[in-house]
Amino acid sequence: MDAPVLHVIGLTSIIRERVLPISGTVHARLHQKVTPSDLIAETRWAREHVLLDVARLLNVSPNMADSLIRCKVDDQIPSGAEIAVGKGIFPRSVRAPRDGRVVAVGGGQVLMEAGETKMELRAGIPGIVKEIIPNRGVLIQTAGGLVQGVWGNGRIDTGTLVNLTETPESVLTVGRLDVSLRGSVILAGIVKDAETLQAAADLPVRGLILSSIFPSLLSKAREMRYPILVTDGFGALPMNSAAHKLLSTNAKREVTLNAEAYDRYTGARPEVIIPLPISSDPPPPREVETLAPGLQVRMRRQPAMGMIGSILTIKPGQTTLPSGLRAPAAEVKLENGETVVVPLVNLEVVG
Amino acid sequence: MPSSLVTGNSLLAIDVGAANTRAVLFDVIEGEYRFVASGTAPSTAEAPFKDVSEGARNAIETLQRILGRTLLDSSRSLLIPSQPNGSGVDALVVTLSAGPAIKTVVVGLLKDVSLDSARRLTETSYTRIVDTIGLSDHRKPDQQIDSIMRNRPDLFIIAGGTDGGASRSIQKLLEPIGLASFLMPQEKRPTVLFAGNEKMEAEVKTLVGSLATSLHFSPNIRPSLETEDIDPAERELARMVINIRKRQIKGVDALDLWSGGHILPTAYAAGRMVRFLSKVYSSQKGLLSVDLGVSAAVIAAGFKNKSVLKVFPQFGIGENLTGLLNYTSLEDILRWSSLDISTGVLRDYLHQKALYPATISATKEDLAVAQAVARQALYLAMQSARRDFPQNAAGIKPGLTPLFEPILAGGSALNDASRPGQGLLLLLDTIQPVGITTIILDQNNLLPLLGAAASQNNILPVQVLESGAFLSVGTVVSPVVSARYGTSILRAKLTYETGVEAQVELKYGSLETLPLAIGETGKLTIQCLHGANVGFGPGRGGTIPVSGGALGVVFDGRGRPLDLPTDAVRRRELLKKWNWTLGGG
Repeated sequence: MDAPVLHVIGLTSIIRERVLPISGTVHARLHQKVTPSDLIAETRWAREHVLLDVARLLNVSPNMADSLIRCKVDDQIPSGAEIAVGKGIFPRSVRAPRDGRVVAVGGGQVLMEAGETKMELRAGIPGIVKEIIPNRGVLIQTAGGLVQGVWGNGRIDTGTLVNLTETPESVLTVGRLDVSLRGSVILAGIVKDAETLQAAADLPVRGLILSSIFPSLLSKAREMRYPILVTDGFGALPMNSAAHKLLSTNAKREVTLNAEAYDRYTGARPEVIIPLPISSDPPPPREVETLAPGLQVRMRRQPAMGMIGSILTIKPGQTTLPSGLRAPAAEVKLENGETVVVPLVNLEVVG
Repeated sequence: MPSSLVTGNSLLAIDVGAANTRAVLFDVIEGEYRFVASGTAPSTAEAPFKDVSEGARNAIETLQRILGRTLLDSSRSLLIPSQPNGSGVDALVVTLSAGPAIKTVVVGLLKDVSLDSARRLTETSYTRIVDTIGLSDHRKPDQQIDSIMRNRPDLFIIAGGTDGGASRSIQKLLEPIGLASFLMPQEKRPTVLFAGNEKMEAEVKTLVGSLATSLHFSPNIRPSLETEDIDPAERELARMVINIRKRQIKGVDALDLWSGGHILPTAYAAGRMVRFLSKVYSSQKGLLSVDLGVSAAVIAAGFKNKSVLKVFPQFGIGENLTGLLNYTSLEDILRWSSLDISTGVLRDYLHQKALYPATISATKEDLAVAQAVARQALYLAMQSARRDFPQNAAGIKPGLTPLFEPILAGGSALNDASRPGQGLLLLLDTIQPVGITTIILDQNNLLPLLGAAASQNNILPVQVLESGAFLSVGTVVSPVVSARYGTSILRAKLTYETGVEAQVELKYGSLETLPLAIGETGKLTIQCLHGANVGFGPGRGGTIPVSGGALGVVFDGRGRPLDLPTDAVRRRELLKKWNWTLGGG
């Protein structure tokens, strides 16, 4: 059976799409070398719209209103500017209630975009622009270590990785956070309280890499302006040993923490990228593996949820599990020496 | 043996679910259609595969191995029609439930009239209502536009206006829709279904026609204030959903091509089969089908003059599980657990399972949590669906589940119950049937596939249904009575074909069973005590023929509605006892 791969790799080629959510201007050039903070594209984005029903306000027909409207599509209109003026000795006028840009005119109405803000897209990771996606963004290629997670709060930043975990089971508390960590990406273990998230924001840190987080803290985590990535899941799960080992051995390196929300359909996942110098391009990561003896796997559900092991055998046919369910299963030897029987659908390959 | 009415065409049915894809072969055996075998493979709608046809090919390969018959050619394309050497199949149908819930904005005039009908129509497919726009909406048009832009819907369902009635108000409602669509990038513009005043077709085309990805019309779902007719719009919506999926998920177009357009949303196909069966059975009672899977909970009910299809992605036990807490509490879920589990463990479970919807319970403790969640999800789905059952549906007491015969159950949650007793108890707890009914487990999830097959071959579903492809779990007798715990409420005598008799006395608060194996029949004589009502009237008994099932005849004396003890220790003991009684272990 084919299984998805959770990437925890010391060195690989990484190609990432960095695009605007809406159409805009791409500044990056093909083959350009970029740093994480480089501006690669920008656009303007209006969150609100103002619909002016000129015909109703002037008490005329829509056709008549169209002839009275003085603005056209793409006009920038300041607040208070005349949009349309009626006829007569004392003509009534319709004025723009806010600054905005006209996006549609017709049927006796004017639709304006208001509250426009500038949206800047930065490279996020260091690398080479491999492809330009017209009006949207770029593909950036880099090489280095890669650790994928399961949950992210949608933020991205870069900083020096500092390891605050002694073991994969470590818990991050407020007391562990001090001013020396300002501007760092912290490898932090489990977080159990909102105060710790807030204390990290107050420093501020450039990011938190957590093994797990209490579900009750997710809304607080989403509010944080720094990236938060969860490697293993929810509750009090230790970090899987592969991710912990790779991250802890890369402490003091510059890392990019892209805490993109996990999207099962597009494949977007939160991830830590550890850029490394290379002489030649390493192979890209494999996305799918066929489950087979010897493969390193991670348990996605009980028993031994989150633990890493290696497949000893794929059992033939269907296996009756302790739950009573019957499913194709594998015998997996865990890192602690214990052997467990796990349904194949509960496994993901690590590598 | 009855003479064959069929020409001997084999039919392959593929069901693409959120977790699994199944390939099921139906073929003619001894002159009649039979379910031959099924092959399963993990679904591949999600990354890294992102192509549902891959999962379909894998499922067909599994089926090939089981059958020892070639169905795919060397390039892994389906061999269709069948070849002289016996390879391939003659026809293919596909059902599809994979994919995220379709974000839908519902538009109508009056809250209790067209908006209500539009909401009911929307709930017949895998949709999630993200906004509702109606006459009583106090937002300004620009605020409605902003809301639409924020929600980025995939679909607008517009109703309103009796035929030849209001048009000005609908025009007004269409304006923000047209403007919001205009503001979206062309490739992201929603699909529109107009199911309102039929006289407005030209105006609707003018106002939103050029701004929608595609604009569809169906007969008015509310042709008059008193009349609702959702069926034609439901059919149109089913077709639209497949087209939306073609845009969203790679491989759907390939399956559509293979099947010659015989592809339907799974829930719609199941609903079609329930509608058909309820006409065939044509009893005073309704016919009910429940399906609890990863993508949604689906309730389909057929009554004498009406059928109801309800699809609840929010109660599916997959990626939407974290949202379940918007409709219920952790405590309400845990009331179904026979193990002492903390709310924290349950909350973690919901989030973890939402991350990996295709995973299954490997340990007893995990299964206990999974079943508690499944119970509450199906319970909520049933409660929601009941609101749209016809007022005049035959029943024993208002406010309770109407009378159904039979109840068909399928979906991964029910088939994941390791023993039939576990599945039955889950159904009794959540559906809370009343009176006398037969429970049938669709262990191979054939019902929607038969519904899809009906469009290709109308004999096949009938013959497969009669062939025993479904597992009869048993006949369930559920008296409605008000009594004290431990009071005798019913006596029953089962007379077997051999003349042997077995008796049972049912006490309030308990479950009892009498064995009657699959294939056996008997006569069940019921004597009701303390005014208990099993459908013959309060305190009235009767004698009925019964057929056997995996659990024989089951008597559920726990009362309706089922009232679980508030004391957690006592409740857990009872749950264990009930589970034990039905052989759930």
